Amino acid sequence: MTVNKKTSISEALAKRRDHIQSQWTGELKSSISTSAKGRLTSAEVADQAKQFLDILHPALQTLQLDDTNGSEWLEVRAFLDELSKRRVLAGFSSDETAKFIFSLKRSLFDALKQEFSGDSIQLADGIWQVTVLLDNLGLHTIKSYQKAREDVINRQQQELLELSTPVVKIWEGILALPMIGTLDSARTQIVMESLLQRIVETEAQIAIIDITGVPTVDTLVAQHLLKTVTAIRLMGADCIISGVRPQIAQTIVHLGVDLQGVTTKANLADALSLALKRSGFSFTKH
Amino acid sequence: MGEFLLVTIQVDMHDQLALRLQDDLTQAIDANGTKGVLIDISALEMVDSFIGRMIADISGMARILDAKTVLVGMQPAVAITLVELGLSLPGVATALNVERGMQLLKHTRDEADADTALER
Repeated sequence: MTVNKKTSISEALAKRRDHIQSQWTGELKSSISTSAKGRLTSAEVADQAKQFLDILHPALQTLQLDDTNGSEWLEVRAFLDELSKRRVLAGFSSDETAKFIFSLKRSLFDALKQEFSGDSIQLADGIWQVTVLLDNLGLHTIKSYQKAREDVINRQQQELLELSTPVVKIWEGILALPMIGTLDSARTQIVMESLLQRIVETEAQIAIIDITGVPTVDTLVAQHLLKTVTAIRLMGADCIISGVRPQIAQTIVHLGVDLQGVTTKANLADALSLALKRSGFSFTKH
Repeated sequence: MGEFLLVTIQVDMHDQLALRLQDDLTQAIDANGTKGVLIDISALEMVDSFIGRMIADISGMARILDAKTVLVGMQPAVAITLVELGLSLPGVATALNVERGMQLLKHTRDEADADTALER
């Protein structure tokens, strides 16, 4: 009996494939137009709906409607993974993405109603099975959406770490280190290693640390900065801190941070001028 | 080196050796009228609080004997370790290499000769 019902369901849906597609596409288009704001065109939506139904059809025919983790549903899951990934990159939210699946319920239920209009038990069973199926697929969509989001975040974190600590030689014997972003212990470690290494390589005598890009300086950040300064001095070089914004100057005084005699300048130009003087250079303007 | 002394530390120091070094060094400063001591640690890949204290002690003793100490050749990893240990070696001058260290000592000596007090 059960097999018959399932056969009927997939047959019923196959019979009304075109109607289902147009009804579903219509619902997708109307829901998309309120939230998409140009991120997704009607044509794309219609195309995605068609592709999904093309893949869904053979999966339905395998009669394995309960477990969507099986191999019969591999193509469907892969399609949804790809869809989620693209929606993440386009900036859609997780529920907007899952609606792709859930909006299919209406059209499928209508198809079942028409097929089983005389038999309410079969209709109820059919509706239940379709509900379970679409719920599973919808949950899968949300799961892959979240995974795709995490992948983006991880990749961005990696890139940030790599971009964030360049040591620049701005003059003979003078290095500059523009710091961008918050300074935590992990970054301080990286900064110290690369900076000290460069000091040895270039035999630099002055390192200018520019903190224009550091949003806040609290006691922890100040500690990390001072650690870096101490390490530079131990290596026999001197340090100038530039890019001190008024807000930061206030914070440093309020916190009672002892800068241990490090010279500070408001901007990199002043710091460079001082560094050049200390190195024995003089400039004349013509 | 003339009136400067060069001390190269190449092996791990232990108590006995450190005490011997301090003794030899102070004797040499006294005997030669040394005005400057260069401690070269470029061969040390690892420095612990013991060596840190030993260097600070030598520097203090030398200063009392009117000689200036400059620590040269610190490797980046060593500098980071010292900083993490909280040893900033105050009162010890540092230079990148022996050459720079010599320049620093000469500069200091010239300033001292000109009767300018140089406090670090």
